[in-house]
Amino acid sequence: MKKRSLEMRHNLTGWAFIAPAVILLVVLSMIPLIKAFLLSLQSGRGSNLSWAGFLNYARMLQDPNFKQTIITTFYYMIWTVPIMIILGILLAVLLNDQMLKLKGIYRTCIFLPAAVSLVASAVIFRSLFATDGFVNIVLVGLGIFDTPYNFLGHPTSARIIIIIMRIWRWLGYQMIFFLAGLQNIDASMYEAAKIDGANKWQSFWRITLPMLKPMILFTTVMAVNSALQVYDESVNLTNGGPGFSTMSLAHYVYNTSFVNVPNFGYSCAMGMLILVMAAVITFVQMKVGDKRE
Amino acid sequence: MKKKLLAMLLTGAMAVTLLAGCGSKADSAKTEEETNTETENTGETADASEENPDTAADAAAGGSQTLKVWCWDPTYNINALNVAADIYREEHPDFELDVEEIDGESISAKLATASTSGELNTLPDIILFDDTGFQKSVISYPEVFLDLTDYGFNYEEFSPGKVGMSSVDGRHYGIPFDSGTAIACYRTDILEQAGYTIDDFTDITWEDWIEKAKHVLDVTGCPLLNGLSCYNQLTIMLQSAGGSFFNEDGTANLTDNEILRKTIELYTQMVEAGVYTEETGWDTYIGGMNTGRIAGAMNGCWIMSSLRAAEDQSGKWQITNLPSLDGIEGATNYSSQGGSSWAITTNCANPELAVDFFKSTFGGSTKLYDEILSTGAISTWLPASNGEKYTLPDEFFSGQPVFAMITAYSANVPECYVGTYFRNAMMDVANAVTEIIYSGTDMDSALSAAQDTLNFEMSQQ
Repeated sequence: MKKRSLEMRHNLTGWAFIAPAVILLVVLSMIPLIKAFLLSLQSGRGSNLSWAGFLNYARMLQDPNFKQTIITTFYYMIWTVPIMIILGILLAVLLNDQMLKLKGIYRTCIFLPAAVSLVASAVIFRSLFATDGFVNIVLVGLGIFDTPYNFLGHPTSARIIIIIMRIWRWLGYQMIFFLAGLQNIDASMYEAAKIDGANKWQSFWRITLPMLKPMILFTTVMAVNSALQVYDESVNLTNGGPGFSTMSLAHYVYNTSFVNVPNFGYSCAMGMLILVMAAVITFVQMKVGDKRE
Repeated sequence: MKKKLLAMLLTGAMAVTLLAGCGSKADSAKTEEETNTETENTGETADASEENPDTAADAAAGGSQTLKVWCWDPTYNINALNVAADIYREEHPDFELDVEEIDGESISAKLATASTSGELNTLPDIILFDDTGFQKSVISYPEVFLDLTDYGFNYEEFSPGKVGMSSVDGRHYGIPFDSGTAIACYRTDILEQAGYTIDDFTDITWEDWIEKAKHVLDVTGCPLLNGLSCYNQLTIMLQSAGGSFFNEDGTANLTDNEILRKTIELYTQMVEAGVYTEETGWDTYIGGMNTGRIAGAMNGCWIMSSLRAAEDQSGKWQITNLPSLDGIEGATNYSSQGGSSWAITTNCANPELAVDFFKSTFGGSTKLYDEILSTGAISTWLPASNGEKYTLPDEFFSGQPVFAMITAYSANVPECYVGTYFRNAMMDVANAVTEIIYSGTDMDSALSAAQDTLNFEMSQQ
């Protein structure tokens, strides 16, 4: 009897500790989510909403802009995620080297972009790649181009610049996770491998990578989710243009509510779809990546 | 046991202080914000009415003379409002304006929040809207806009095209403010190097313009125009011949639109010849003219205030009318772009005061329009052009009487149907133009795809 009440008290303490977080999560995250779902079942211009069932979800299938923006979003994801993970691991391994001096400075330099606001970095990139910007001055000065190239004015080059900016910004952030993962690997494993005659390359493939696997899984999930929600780069760097060629799905969701004739129900329905996609992709990754048991 | 109790108590205390902390922080931030707006904009407003908006609204019925306004440009429309308030205060000493600077896109977002949540009391008394977004906002949030038709405002003294921008189904919801009459500005010193004067660019057609612009580019290396993507340029060209993205009945008209096709054809030639540079940001757009990278500008006459920012270029600019579309019936050398109108919200406790303020200033004071002229705010109230300042020569524009010229242009601007879905149509056409220029899509298929998209967007109900 006494033991039971002790257990209960333990439980109560636990609940008391997590209660603030849970309450905040419910109020700030769950309730808006449910409200957004209810709104996604309504349709109409601006505040003239009426119930429409799943009409908004059916509309998405016929929307050419939706198709184009979702393709663009996946394009960003397919390029940024692998490059970011591979470069992140390489940088982390290089910076984890015991012999390297001034590690702190390198780490800070690589992490610093993640601390810069997205809008500020978009402004910097826009002036870098402007027709009279730094990149064009260098390229023309070196004789590679005859005349300045309008990088942000052409669909393909504008997309590439958005990808470069995302990698530049998030690489350091990913690297920190890998560094933490590397520091958790026991040095004695490398010693044992060395005694067994393994070279550096072999110990990287056989020890480092397998030991980093949970971290790789985690960073991939994070990177995919953030790629699905690309918004600031699309708005601030190119404003979605030229045409719709660099517009991300999240930017289109914003436009359908606040730039075009507002249709909040449809925006919410697309937002719900982003949520479902993120959940499904994460679930698949967890199933594929997690092979403990 | 005791320890646990203590831990619980401490956690509880922490949670309470945390929440309390948040609350007080928010409160103090709010007070600070209010104090700021107060000191910046109203100066001598009664403190009591400022601290609590509800009492302010209550007091209004009992004779409060304060109006709250949202608009966006300190050197332009906010300045105009403050000048107007000073003029109105001569007769009504208690009158006060509380102006909050919010950019146009944030106004849309705040309007959406207030309207969909039903919290209309978060809105100010007066909001400024861009003309191309005015009807869209009225149709989307009808409960926000006060119908001004029966308030006795002198609409007949404004140019009819302008009044139409803020009317829906024959009812008036707005009070016209500035003119968006389009002008072409050129750097005469750069034209001279290529052997041209401003007269060579006056009353010409676009094909002629492109030939001359190519020559300027060859000789000086300067493109003659730039623009924020193609948005404003296409609209200006389209409307110079009275064209629209829609038929009169509001249905989409992109595929068989002769004026639009000619516009896109000419625009494509301009971009491909390199005489028009597409910019992605407002900063690089204005920067292009101010640094001398671009030798001209074509936009609503409000662009003049941006040109003036480059003081070292004073005396090097001249203005003239636009080129006209070749071979199009009804083509003119005149168009418009931008311009805005005031709306009074249903949250306004004292609409009579607001209407009276506008009647005696923006709709009845040549003095106001004379004073705000230097910022480039040109009146759409017809009697204002009799003001003496309208005929003065302007040093920045090589001594041309620019305001008289623009007023003369504005009388020739063809009337155009804007439409509720203007913004959607412009985006869809911009996308089609991008595909034509950069992916080599032919105009027929690009425009029919744009028409399908626009029809899809207009089918929302």
